[in-house]
Amino acid sequence: MRFDFIASYVSAFTGPWWKFLYDFSLLTTPVHEWLNGSVSPFWTTVIEMVVVGVVFLLFYAVVGLFLVYAERKVCAFIQNRLGPNRIGPYGIFQTIADLVKLLFKEIIPIKNADSLLFNIAPYIVIIVNFMALAAIPYANGLHAIDFNIGIFYILAVSSMSVVGVLLAGWSSNSKYSLIGAMRSGAQIVSYELSIGLALITIVILSGTMQLSEIVEAQRTGWFIFKGHIPAIIAFIIYVISSTAEINRGPFDMAEAESELTAGYHTEYSGIKFAFFYLAEYINMFIVASIAATMFLGGWMPFHIGNLEGFNMVMDFIPPFIWYIGKTFFIIWIIMLFKWTFPRLRIDQLLTLEWKYLLPINLVNILVMSFLVLKGWHF
Amino acid sequence: MTANQIMFILFALMIIVFSILTVTSRKILRAATFLLFVLVSTSGLYFMLNYQFLAAIQLTLYAGGIVVLIIFSILLTSHINQKFESPGLKKVIFSALASAAGAILAIVTLLDYNFSATTEAAKEVDMNLIGKSLLSVEYDGYILPFEVISILLLAAMIGAIVIAKKGGPAKIQSTILNKE
Repeated sequence: MRFDFIASYVSAFTGPWWKFLYDFSLLTTPVHEWLNGSVSPFWTTVIEMVVVGVVFLLFYAVVGLFLVYAERKVCAFIQNRLGPNRIGPYGIFQTIADLVKLLFKEIIPIKNADSLLFNIAPYIVIIVNFMALAAIPYANGLHAIDFNIGIFYILAVSSMSVVGVLLAGWSSNSKYSLIGAMRSGAQIVSYELSIGLALITIVILSGTMQLSEIVEAQRTGWFIFKGHIPAIIAFIIYVISSTAEINRGPFDMAEAESELTAGYHTEYSGIKFAFFYLAEYINMFIVASIAATMFLGGWMPFHIGNLEGFNMVMDFIPPFIWYIGKTFFIIWIIMLFKWTFPRLRIDQLLTLEWKYLLPINLVNILVMSFLVLKGWHF
Repeated sequence: MTANQIMFILFALMIIVFSILTVTSRKILRAATFLLFVLVSTSGLYFMLNYQFLAAIQLTLYAGGIVVLIIFSILLTSHINQKFESPGLKKVIFSALASAAGAILAIVTLLDYNFSATTEAAKEVDMNLIGKSLLSVEYDGYILPFEVISILLLAAMIGAIVIAKKGGPAKIQSTILNKE
């Protein structure tokens, strides 16, 4: 009775053991059934929540640390340097050493700050990150919550992260922090509009907001190919405006080092600074994975029409690898942006959004609706 | 006690505690932050009811929109050391009485009403249904209120732009002031 689930594993894996890589429900369903059989439904829920929470925490830390390392390597590549190369092979343990350093650092209390809000702010940013991460489909069957409004939920949740930034800026009681927070607030609020409209273009094409169904609809072809011209325009707009939304260069007005030292987190130190720093990179990961899911097919492999052999080879690569590959491709593009373009002024930034991206976006939605009505997509 | 009940009690407690903190806090940005927590817990209740659309609307409109607007205006106008002075004893007593009376009235009404449990299965409210009834002219369509609210919003936006724009006279005044 107790170890029934092992037998069900064996029966589930009639084929080779790595079968669950292609469908994670083979792994999760037996565990869920075993838990349901051995403890009450209440404790099943509690245990599953704890397990999923721990997995997300680990994932958060690993992705955050890896992205910091990747950023330094990409920066070094563009500036013709080597980047971190001392700790571990190719310096891959550099960021872990950095994290240990940050953990040991003293957390400096600010004398005239509003201590409650000052301490709450990093956690608001982190919690918002987790809420968004929970709704992303990582692979076939590897999807924590699948709302029927999936993409709208992610947009709604991530619209709250600006609160953490504003609180951090104001409660630090420093002019640099305040100006940084105001800038990033104006930036996030205005670029959120473009992100929403670009995603609505794709929702029109897919006809649903449920992320699992959106991924499933791309089995026959990714939306960027299915929706051709308007989808490509929407993709470009999405990448530009999400770069602005996550306060990265060339839109990093909020923490322009030459003007504001470090923007809204100037006064933070130690692990609290690390929270903001990590949250920024996880935000980049979230926007990249939304782009991968909405435009590039999520975990769906790349298929070309009737080329059976080619499609079989593509199917052989596990969905999770596809997802990670696409996401890191977008992250790589966003990183290239930062190290190639000079920083914009705040008025240029707002002009770009309100005078160019927004009208283009609105026309683009009309074009996409027309396309869907006429059935001119693939 | 089921998991649902525990979650409900958690959300209800959060709403009550943070609502009280919102009106009693004497630092304005703290009050706004507590208001944010109240709105987020309310959206948690909607998620519990499985009405995800309303929950997401609550998050994006109230938590992500209105609270951000409030915080923005506080950032522009108030200083960190600003603190409201505590109200006099008389005010405290009377406002406490008023809110207690309101709470008692609401509780009595709620307890009086006997809620009947429905036998119907929980409905899945999907986006297509909401979109269709929002824009339909049939019996249960909501096209008229939808359009009326759109016009109201448009009027409000035009009004805001007109107020923010500031015409010629203000400019002339400022140049005169500068000369002096």
